[in-house]
Amino acid sequence: MYGFGLAKGLMVTLKNFIRPPFTIQYPEERIPQHPRFRGEEFAWYEERCTGCASCAKYCPLGIIKIVTSEGGRSPQEGGHYDIDVFDIDIGRCMFCGLCVEACPYDALFMGSGFERGRYERQDLVITVDELREAVKKPSTWFRPQLEDSGYDPHKDSALDWRAVGREKWEWHQREKAGARIKFRPARVGDKTQEGDGEARS
Amino acid sequence: MTPFLQENVVFREVYCFLGGNEGNASWCGGDGLLPGGFEWAAYFAAGFVIMFILVNAALLGAAVFVWSERRLLARFQARRGPNRWGPWGIFQPIADLLKLIIKEDIVPNAADRLAFTLVPIIMLMALLLSLAVMPFARNTYLVNLNVGILYIIAVSSMSTIAIFMAGWSSANKYAMFGAMRGVAMLISYEIPLVLSLVGVVLIVGSMSLVSVVEAQTVPFLLVQPLGALVFMLGISAELNRTPFDILEAESEIIAGYHTEYSGIKFALIQAAEMAGVLAASGFLATIFMGGWSGPFWSGQLGAFWFLVKLAGFVMLFIWIRATFPRLRIDQIMAFAWKFLLPLALINFLVTAVQVYFFGFYQGDVPGELTRNELWIMAAINIPVALIAIGIFGRFSREKVRVPEPVFQNIAPSPRTMEVD
Amino acid sequence: MAIRTEPVTINIGPQHPSTHGVLRLRVTFDGEVIVDVEPVFGYLHRGSEKLAEERNYVQVLTLTDRLDYVASMTNNQAYCIAVEKMLGVEAPLRGQYLRVLAAELQRAASHLVATGFLLQDLGALATPLMYCFRFREKILDLFEMLCGARITVSYMRPGGVFSDAPPDFWPALDDLMQEAPHLIQELEQLLMKNEIVLVRTKNVGVLSAESAIASSVSGPVLRASGVAWDWRKMDPYDIYDRLEFDVPVGERGDNYDRFRVRIEEVKQSLRIVEQCRDEIHPGPVRADVDAEAIDLVLERRGEAEKPLAEGPVRAELPFVLRPPAGAEAYGRVEAPKGELAFYLVSDGSIAPYRCKIRSPSLINLTVLRELLVGWKLADMIVTLGSIDINMGEVDR
Ligand code: SF4
Ligand code: SF4
Repeated sequence: MYGFGLAKGLMVTLKNFIRPPFTIQYPEERIPQHPRFRGEEFAWYEERCTGCASCAKYCPLGIIKIVTSEGGRSPQEGGHYDIDVFDIDIGRCMFCGLCVEACPYDALFMGSGFERGRYERQDLVITVDELREAVKKPSTWFRPQLEDSGYDPHKDSALDWRAVGREKWEWHQREKAGARIKFRPARVGDKTQEGDGEARS
Repeated sequence: MTPFLQENVVFREVYCFLGGNEGNASWCGGDGLLPGGFEWAAYFAAGFVIMFILVNAALLGAAVFVWSERRLLARFQARRGPNRWGPWGIFQPIADLLKLIIKEDIVPNAADRLAFTLVPIIMLMALLLSLAVMPFARNTYLVNLNVGILYIIAVSSMSTIAIFMAGWSSANKYAMFGAMRGVAMLISYEIPLVLSLVGVVLIVGSMSLVSVVEAQTVPFLLVQPLGALVFMLGISAELNRTPFDILEAESEIIAGYHTEYSGIKFALIQAAEMAGVLAASGFLATIFMGGWSGPFWSGQLGAFWFLVKLAGFVMLFIWIRATFPRLRIDQIMAFAWKFLLPLALINFLVTAVQVYFFGFYQGDVPGELTRNELWIMAAINIPVALIAIGIFGRFSREKVRVPEPVFQNIAPSPRTMEVD
Repeated sequence: MAIRTEPVTINIGPQHPSTHGVLRLRVTFDGEVIVDVEPVFGYLHRGSEKLAEERNYVQVLTLTDRLDYVASMTNNQAYCIAVEKMLGVEAPLRGQYLRVLAAELQRAASHLVATGFLLQDLGALATPLMYCFRFREKILDLFEMLCGARITVSYMRPGGVFSDAPPDFWPALDDLMQEAPHLIQELEQLLMKNEIVLVRTKNVGVLSAESAIASSVSGPVLRASGVAWDWRKMDPYDIYDRLEFDVPVGERGDNYDRFRVRIEEVKQSLRIVEQCRDEIHPGPVRADVDAEAIDLVLERRGEAEKPLAEGPVRAELPFVLRPPAGAEAYGRVEAPKGELAFYLVSDGSIAPYRCKIRSPSLINLTVLRELLVGWKLADMIVTLGSIDINMGEVDR
């Protein structure tokens, strides 16, 4: 007989009619964002940046433009390059975070925002001045040192460049001592067991 | 000349104020403002006032309905619905309307301009005409036609023509699909729709909606459960509501017959559709739920009771729309001919026998049914309805060609595959 | 008097409310009945295969996110498995668990989208869709915790996943697992016994097992036709051989079976997720490889490279991968829509020499004509919805 399934369906919708809605009234309410959220505004610490342009090379779209000039002291003596241009074209960025992954000096971080509506395409380019002056609330994406400290860009205050690094890391020390890690394919079938190695867990 | 609208309060007041005189309107208290010979002007003015009130009420009702439908649908879907304009988004339909009015009014190049432009007018007209006989409260109706029920059916089927005109004149294949579906479906549904009301007419002995309300000492929903069901389903098909909304099935044929409409024309078509739901709920409330009569103070609170019942049916329509998917065209036709039509006929037959028995054989005032007799009829008709639905629900199941299922166990057991 | 009639040809799409993207169907109708269907695609062609040849192995990952954008995790997984085969590395156990967990959540999310839109195509005014999305939204919240993005996740990397799940992920997952059965039950109540859904989907668009196999169809469409074929069982990748789950199979291969199989698979996916959650051990999440530590100072002087440490040290996979020249790999997974595979060839450089994507949506789309001829316009939309194609994957 027609109708029982239909009546059941009607009951389900009625139940949901009484329940509170699950949607969010967006500008007033927000869903909680996780600290790992890959946001749009890119926290960049000039003090940490060496101008190595790893980020620019690693970006799949090639949308980071870096122009450097030599600073007062030569890099060999511990000085670093001056960053003249550091443009990120957000209009084409896909927020994959690979640039952040590539930065070896913890100078570049994903941001935490997502509301960058603009009327002009040019306005979507984040310039170096904007990066310098921005309030830096880095996302903890690919930055375990931030994640371990429990930092939440949506609640906590902005971080300065001393607070964001991972200097304690062992490989860093070793590299200072002049070592370089060279890759050689592992033997096939050499399955890694849990717990060994010195990788992050 | 005796204007046949003279029973109407608004009409009488305006007419007497302007043009009443001893010669042609003895029922007016005294002379009106206009000199003799200008009664026609008073007639027009009075008619215009009524039309003005009615059109505005219908469109305002449509606006409120749009808002409440969107809000309620959203709640059924666990959303919030429009809530930006005004408290609880109550001004949303006005914003929508403004947007539609500002939009460019496009008529396709290949369209038949005249027919294309006439469609929204005809649709709205059909709706407004049907409101003429609706009793909103005691003594509050435009006209008490003695063929009221027939009139509703006749007027509301005008929208079929409008739909076909829209589909044909748009010169659009999707619109044509919608129109062809519409013609096939709407004409089929007219038949059970008319037949479902015959039972009511038999009981009341009159087609006037006012007498229908007055005869309802017991709501006809109970006395005529089959009739009410068939009328409800039929009218929701006439209104293109889910599960019968194949005319404008947006996932299949974009927007069906009004694919090419935009701007104010689209707004009018929408308004006619939305107000159509209100009108249908109003007729359902009038014919099957006793219209203005309520548990108490039916005289003073008539409009209130009417609105409560109307809101109940509107709510039911929205609830159904929120829950059900739509049927396919052949299933819809099968539903009309194999399910609704037999039910309507059974209802007709059973009611005719009952009316003959109670009305004439029983010996009290011939042709009138007492309250007790109506209760007995309800007690008989509800089981009859359930049995009939049970029987015909089975018959109307679609028989589709079923290719034999092929079972073939070709899957090798896991782990025997070679990994490259 | 006979009225002369003639068939009508309509282009349904590329802009149409329910072609699931920019698919165009050239359909010839005789009245409402379909005489001929010809899917025309390519409107979303982005040249992913060619673009992959210009990007290094990790950068290609971001392209895979955009193939089937409602199931990015499984795309990531298929690609990573291909690259891992080429390199000869294997992801550590915890990494594999996380991958399977994410992939199964993604499967549930993708099937929910498919179900919701199928019902939308049936004409249910967004209600089942909203219920499905309410569930999916919770899964996407978990993805945001895992990797900071909801749709284009880029979560996995060759050799594991990019990073471990944050500590607050696990309680959130527990919450979801508690809620999920209710949400699914509600969906089933709304749809499974609904007479209108039944008459619209049962025995409509029947795909026999033979023709399903002959057309190389895979995924739920194949299983709905009664063929128990699932790469997770047939060729277990990652840790699927450690997990217990069933492969739901349909009986007739009609729209209803496809829809049912998907709902059942959501349940199975949640079962897998539960097992993963219970069994996962702490450990590394990204593969280590043997490496040599080399003295940079000596190298700069041009002297022979001498290992700094005795024997090999363990190091993470580097950013820029260089599989040996001539290496080939075919990495396949059971994606929500079917068998998704990447065929990679290396020429020893940092970018793949060739990247071929075997996309299930495209191949499942080929049976469309067989399913549709003789049915009505309304069935066409539903059948298309039940095949569950994704134009990002069809056109690539
Ligand atoms: S997030 Fe991705 S696309 Fe955007 S700048 Fe960084 S690497 Fe490029
Ligand atoms: S942000 Fe990082 S990767 Fe980019 S130039 Fe600066 S140090 Fe190098």
